[in-house]
Amino acid sequence: MTMRDRIVNALPAVVLVVVALGAWEAYVDAGSVNTFVLPAPHEVGVALWNNAGLLSANLAPTAEEVGVGILLALLCGFALGVLIHLFAPLRRAVYPLAVGSQAIPVALIGVLLVFWWGFGVLPKLFVIVLICFFPVVVTTVDGLASVDPEQLKLLRTLDASRWQAFRFAELPAALPAAISGARIALAVAVIGAYIAETSTATSGPYPGLGREIDADINALQTSRAYAAAVVLFVFAIACFYTLALLERRLAPWAHRSRGDIR
Amino acid sequence: MNLWGNAREGSNVQTGLQPSRRAQTRPQTDGSGAPAVLVRRVSRAYGGRDGAPVQALADISLHAAAGELLAVVGPSGCGKTTLLELICGLQRPDHGSIECAPAALMPQRDLLLPWLSALDNAALALRIARVPRARARERAGALFAELGLEGFELARPYELSGGMRQRVAFVRTLLSGKQLLCLDEPFGALDAITRVEMHTWLASALGREPRTVVLVTHDVEEAIVLADRVAVCSPRPGRVVAELEVGLERPRRRTDPEVVALRERALIALARGSAR
Repeated sequence: MTMRDRIVNALPAVVLVVVALGAWEAYVDAGSVNTFVLPAPHEVGVALWNNAGLLSANLAPTAEEVGVGILLALLCGFALGVLIHLFAPLRRAVYPLAVGSQAIPVALIGVLLVFWWGFGVLPKLFVIVLICFFPVVVTTVDGLASVDPEQLKLLRTLDASRWQAFRFAELPAALPAAISGARIALAVAVIGAYIAETSTATSGPYPGLGREIDADINALQTSRAYAAAVVLFVFAIACFYTLALLERRLAPWAHRSRGDIR
Repeated sequence: MNLWGNAREGSNVQTGLQPSRRAQTRPQTDGSGAPAVLVRRVSRAYGGRDGAPVQALADISLHAAAGELLAVVGPSGCGKTTLLELICGLQRPDHGSIECAPAALMPQRDLLLPWLSALDNAALALRIARVPRARARERAGALFAELGLEGFELARPYELSGGMRQRVAFVRTLLSGKQLLCLDEPFGALDAITRVEMHTWLASALGREPRTVVLVTHDVEEAIVLADRVAVCSPRPGRVVAELEVGLERPRRRTDPEVVALRERALIALARGSAR
């Protein structure tokens, strides 16, 4: 892709962001709303600039939580999906519980998690895994089940064991679906980190962007809270596209067979 | 679907009446004339959509000698696929018995794995038999060269034409190392020109790599051009209504007078079988 293609591809997003920021600025400048409730974009920009050190120091723990948390969530989700696929009784036992786990109000268990694992990163990771693992389970189970039964018959006549059928056919067939699940998981991982930070106590000077946002809201530092949210926003997008790059490495056939060669 | 539920040991004899008695028959590869496939009075029904059993095969008997290419011709839905799955040990007969060497199946759809190259797809059976990857590729590569597929080793399945995909699928079947190949309408999805090319190719491939073959097709011409013997089946429930010895020199063309005459005989037998 040439530089010119890149610019053309990015253009719609740039135009949309500029239009949205312009509308926001005009809305606030017209005096429609108190700036403690909604700061103007230029104020958010100033807050971003003035607090760059604080925000990046708070991004570090949040990024760590999201990075490690999403990896754990993918591992747990994928492993659970595989187990559910291979053992039918497990499907009946675990699936309803996995669905139910998505309804747990995290604040309810936050104190318990801190009681168990302290003020460190562990309770946050647990919350992120809890929030993110489910889409990976569903897409993995569906992906594994999507293998053509005729394909399995063929492998059977080639004397493949159950494990070999899994390794040669089911696992690679499930990979694109599982990666789609990972994308969904990643998209919610950042808000998961916010929930994790605000529902479990933390010690230390830089508790993460989620905590920072809550503290700023309480201190009426609304523009700094928005600046922190902008950092989360950009971070989430960056994570998502990192995964998209990874996907082309892991499952190139899923793209090429759709004629999308890049 | 639980394909791995019941163990399938070395011998491939299924006896519907006495499932516990599993005779040890060795594959016949010496050309002594003893049958390599012996299907004796086999019946097989499966549950239909509304729960009523559908009789796919009723009292069908067939045999093929070692090295022979037996074509089974019949109208669509006469239980041909069921027959092959029985021979391959994917199903068990309700009644009757099947004696044969372990068989490899080549389905109508190539079922190549999209994430493997053509070469790795062809070498799949070797990889399953735990042959190291490099050695498996080497053996598949040698066969690619022998059968006119060189240059396509690294192509992914979606880059290949339908005919090429079937060739790769056939090489995969050959590399299973089994003496008996079951081809289930292997060229049914191809256009007419490609199909004729594939007939020539398959005849020469089997000339180089002789195997016992049971070819199932609804294309009478295909059966006559390729087979040593043709078994004509009735509509469901399938049974053999006629057997034709082809016994013509190869290569055969579909326009050869002998081929045309045999084709007419087979078509008449098919029509009689259907009118029963």
